[in-house]
Amino acid sequence: MNTIKQILGVLWIILAAAAAYFCVFEFGLPKLLSDQQDDLVFGIIILFILTPLIVLGLGTFGYFAVIGEYNDKKK
Amino acid sequence: MSKTSTKGIWKVISASSMGTMIEWYDFYIFGSLAVVISTKFFPSDNPTAAFLSTLATFAAGFVVRPFGALFFGRLGDIIGRKYTFMATLLLMGGSTFLIGCIPSYETIGFMAPLLVLILRLLQGLALGGEYGGAATYVAEHAPVGQKGYWTSWIQTTATVGLFISLMVILATKNALSPADFDSWGWRVPFWVSIVMVGVSYLIRKNMDESPVFAKAKKEGTTSTNPLKESFGNRYNLKFVLLALFGATMGQGVVWYTGQFYAMSFMKTVMNVDSSQVDTLLGIALLMGTPFFIFFGWLSDKVGRKYIMMSGMLLAILFYRPIYKMMYNTTDVNYKTEITEKTIQNTETNKNNDKITSVSKTYTDGTTYIEKKTDFADKKEAQTHISVNINSSDEWTLIFLVFIQVLFVTMVYGPIAAFLVEMFPTKIRYTSMSLPYHVGNGIFGGLLPAISTYFVTHAKQAGKPDFYLDGLWYPIIIASVCFVIGMIYIDNKNKTNHL
Repeated sequence: MNTIKQILGVLWIILAAAAAYFCVFEFGLPKLLSDQQDDLVFGIIILFILTPLIVLGLGTFGYFAVIGEYNDKKK
Repeated sequence: MSKTSTKGIWKVISASSMGTMIEWYDFYIFGSLAVVISTKFFPSDNPTAAFLSTLATFAAGFVVRPFGALFFGRLGDIIGRKYTFMATLLLMGGSTFLIGCIPSYETIGFMAPLLVLILRLLQGLALGGEYGGAATYVAEHAPVGQKGYWTSWIQTTATVGLFISLMVILATKNALSPADFDSWGWRVPFWVSIVMVGVSYLIRKNMDESPVFAKAKKEGTTSTNPLKESFGNRYNLKFVLLALFGATMGQGVVWYTGQFYAMSFMKTVMNVDSSQVDTLLGIALLMGTPFFIFFGWLSDKVGRKYIMMSGMLLAILFYRPIYKMMYNTTDVNYKTEITEKTIQNTETNKNNDKITSVSKTYTDGTTYIEKKTDFADKKEAQTHISVNINSSDEWTLIFLVFIQVLFVTMVYGPIAAFLVEMFPTKIRYTSMSLPYHVGNGIFGGLLPAISTYFVTHAKQAGKPDFYLDGLWYPIIIASVCFVIGMIYIDNKNKTNHL
């Protein structure tokens, strides 16, 4: 189980990177550059709140998983 | 750990739950009245923009919640649970009352939406501090082995708060004419709050501090810097991240889909009459609420993890079939029209706008009213559709919403106990509040805006089942959370600090 936890850690890091790309280039920036007021607010929330949260949070979680922080300790 | 008697713990539960329920009530009347608020406080020349602006304000109320969790969580871990969640109660009540007092955009111009935004942010801050305090306070009074059961009472407050907000709005609408409600009656639910907050404040004032925190304070083992100890310490930070990505993130989206997205879907995508939606949602919430207690109690017997994860998995698997059934229930393309009862009417208002209304009746008792306004100044035409459904369809929708509420009770019922057990007393308020409000407030709170975006996008692309695309957001988030929760969370919770 510990090996699976560590291997999946890489997946969370990749997912964090994919989320970064999607949130910035597909979702956030087009909205931010739009001239619609509601799009602008939406873009700001995606880019400056949701994106850092997912990228830093999930990335750190993945890193912790890779280095075995979540492994079951032997008794 | 705690020796609070059964009578004493009921007093603790009543005082904590009532205040938390009122805070949720305060928070949700804004969302439930979003449509009318958009016409009062935001420029009315483009109703869609006005509505989205309100959604943005709504989102702002959610985004600020984690900051409230940090600010009040820190206070709660330093000066105590009791005084902190009394402060959040007063802040919430005052902000809500003042929203009901702000003159409209037509009277004071730009100041109106600005003041609404500020007060909405204060509401978010207060809520961010309230929940963690109440959950911690109850858990620290509860007997060992019964934390799930006792904290599940706190878990009912969000749904009960939403239910009461819908009922107060419905009662106000029924007591007033539509013109009076639109003119000033929508303010009444905001004003009602101040009375409830006053009563709750007096009850909470007479409560004692949590015995666990009082003991820690007496022994001098409380934290001097809860933020640093919570998030600057790798051992604790890894549990904060696990709580967020393995539990609260999925719980947040399941919660908002089952209650808020269901409401918005019925009103704006299915075009069901607004009062009918409020009533049927109210019934479904009422039917579902006891299950918070049941799953909280069950989590004491079988562990928190599998109940929460089962709720998430069921939601992932059944959201699309459920919403497809909901949509088909009221889709008039599947109904037989009584053509001789169709009424079409065209009139011109004082601005020379042409208003065409068509009323259709169907054999099953459903009525469909479409009102199209062609503006004289060549602005884009506006169409408003309202479908009044029959009793049988109403019960079908109640059942389908009830199932979603059941998923909510599975993921939400045990989560307070799960979170408080994860962190030690000295940083519990801070550490549990942040993942809860990030998961619930940000991942969940942004759901209406993100899902509406997906639906609009799919509709523009001409997808036939465009109305289901909004569900991709909760399904993806809940799926990631489910995998993380299943693999990394220990059902026996070896970190149990209570």
